[in-house]
Amino acid sequence: MSEEIKKHRPPPDPNSAKYKLGQIAAKAYSDAQAAKDRGEPVGWCASNFPVEIPETLGLAVVYPENQAAGIAARGGGARLCEISEADGYSNDICAYARISLAYAKIKDAPEQNVPMPDFVLCCNNICNCMIKWYENLSRELNIPLIMIDIPFNPDYEVSDGELAYVRAQFWDAIHQLEALTGKKWSDEKYREVMEYSGRTSRAWLAATACARYEPSPFNGFDLLNHMAVMVTARGKKEAAEAMETLLQEYEDNHEKGLSTFRAEEKYRIMFEGIACWPWLRVTSTGLKSRGINMVTTIYADAFGFIYKDFDDMCRAYCRVPNAINLELSRDKRVKLCRDNHVEGLLVHTNRSCKLWSGFMVEMSRQIGQACDIPVVSFDGDQADPRNFSEAQYDTRVQGLMEIMQARKEAM
Amino acid sequence: MYTLGIDIGSTTSKCAVLRDGGERLAVSLALGGIGTKGPAAALESVLRGAGLSMKDMAVVAATGYGRTRCDAADMEVSELTCHALGAYAAFPQVRTVVDIGGQDAKVISLDGEGRMRGFTMNDKCAAGTGRFLDVMASVLQISLDELGQRAARAKSAAAVSSTCTVFAESEVISLLAGGVDMDELAAGICASVAGRVSALVKRQGVVPAVCMSGGVARNEGVRAALSQALGEPVLVSPDGQLFGAVGAAIYAYRKGK
Repeated sequence: MSEEIKKHRPPPDPNSAKYKLGQIAAKAYSDAQAAKDRGEPVGWCASNFPVEIPETLGLAVVYPENQAAGIAARGGGARLCEISEADGYSNDICAYARISLAYAKIKDAPEQNVPMPDFVLCCNNICNCMIKWYENLSRELNIPLIMIDIPFNPDYEVSDGELAYVRAQFWDAIHQLEALTGKKWSDEKYREVMEYSGRTSRAWLAATACARYEPSPFNGFDLLNHMAVMVTARGKKEAAEAMETLLQEYEDNHEKGLSTFRAEEKYRIMFEGIACWPWLRVTSTGLKSRGINMVTTIYADAFGFIYKDFDDMCRAYCRVPNAINLELSRDKRVKLCRDNHVEGLLVHTNRSCKLWSGFMVEMSRQIGQACDIPVVSFDGDQADPRNFSEAQYDTRVQGLMEIMQARKEAM
Repeated sequence: MYTLGIDIGSTTSKCAVLRDGGERLAVSLALGGIGTKGPAAALESVLRGAGLSMKDMAVVAATGYGRTRCDAADMEVSELTCHALGAYAAFPQVRTVVDIGGQDAKVISLDGEGRMRGFTMNDKCAAGTGRFLDVMASVLQISLDELGQRAARAKSAAAVSSTCTVFAESEVISLLAGGVDMDELAAGICASVAGRVSALVKRQGVVPAVCMSGGVARNEGVRAALSQALGEPVLVSPDGQLFGAVGAAIYAYRKGK
């Protein structure tokens, strides 16, 4: 049946945002492989490392987090996790780390191959487990590690002291990379990258903000797919153009009363936490089949960076969602819930990230209270399929739907 | 108007037939849950008890983990909503329902009209569920009923971990080998379940009155330990295990009206 549907599916429109974004995401890998084949150095890079640095230097990098998500979404998560576990890594640590460390050992995963690195770029503003993960990659592969430390920020603003600390590290990373690779920093090139990164981010954030329309012109799960481009290519011209196309499509959908959410939108929720990549279809279908559209998630907005100069860029990287305090995290999400008319909050308690999941319980409680919406959580994992139960997920989603339904009926 | 609620759980199947969403005509419980002959046995028994047939039923609602695979049902509804409805029908003053079933534990908060306001469920672990008690009763070679009775008469409780069923089993075996009194062990096992579940209740918010539903509500040891852990009396009904089925029949009536 599914094959029949595939046969009749029209070829993708090469002018569509979906096609363009898919091509850019795939090209990030093929460009890196081509660079490797030419004998150029290639890096592995943390997702919230300032991508502007390798982009300005003209260095090809790939993102182990994206690779691990791709491997997990295509069914290889458990296989690679078990390889790392057999080497002694606990199954309590991040599944992205386990998959990446396994890949560094076996150097082949048909679900998503990447060129092996000549250096690794780590920034701990997204998580601290990453430091040990990248240290081990560096040691196992005997390659340099360039590390940027961005401390967790207990305040609302980025202090001058923190800015100075981070700015010095950014320049140190640039100088280390120049020495390692022979590439030279160009202020002119940086301004160009900054301009594209800003254009891409503005279009992306404006596209995600189209969820304010009722019904939303898109299925929130689309954002999870498109996000790959925000991680890997936000400083590129093609990314800016593709994101502007995406924004235009969402505005057009709204004008025409269309949506990529292929069901009647009965309920609108916010999804908290990272996607459950090994169970993406199950988690998406469980919502869609009940008319629940996940209209917003902080995770998508996390990769929109808008800044006006180098210092401002440093500040932006100090304010990524995983590096800020509970109150600011809550306020950002409360705003998203209110702007997008959210009726419920579904929280993914990610077994790969006990630290962030611990934080979530209290934050979600406060969001539920502030927005007067029900909050429901489920156990899962960003990449290890063994930490998810479909029946448990289904019961929780149905319970959330029934609460939202009862509240509508009581109005 | 007759409605039928079918609750297909992980270890048992329960049915209830109501007239006009209130008067209980018959209830049934059969061993065996999803994927067994339990659901058919419970259905046959409840219809026989009510003196009715399937064609007399205006609406049939299924709940429990087997709810999506019940051919006899017109609709399916989560056990969360059903336990809330069933508990509220038995105790209109209830605001917090603690449902401990074979493989999960749920804490449901209700508003003053019996509507579910929110819920918290256990994580992916058997500790704090009925399965934990099954395993421990088997280690002690006593029935579940005897486990509850022994716990209720114990003078103190042995310390038993609530982290993991397998770890706790090893602990219980060691304690047995060390000659610890069987009643104290039973009380420790019940306190372990209660400790784990009381954390869930506190996370959701302890709003009195609190009642227990599900199969574990029959266990007086867990009930007493939970009441102590929460500092609140815990209401129980002899029909606590049937709240899901009764709630499904009430839901069917409201939707079918």
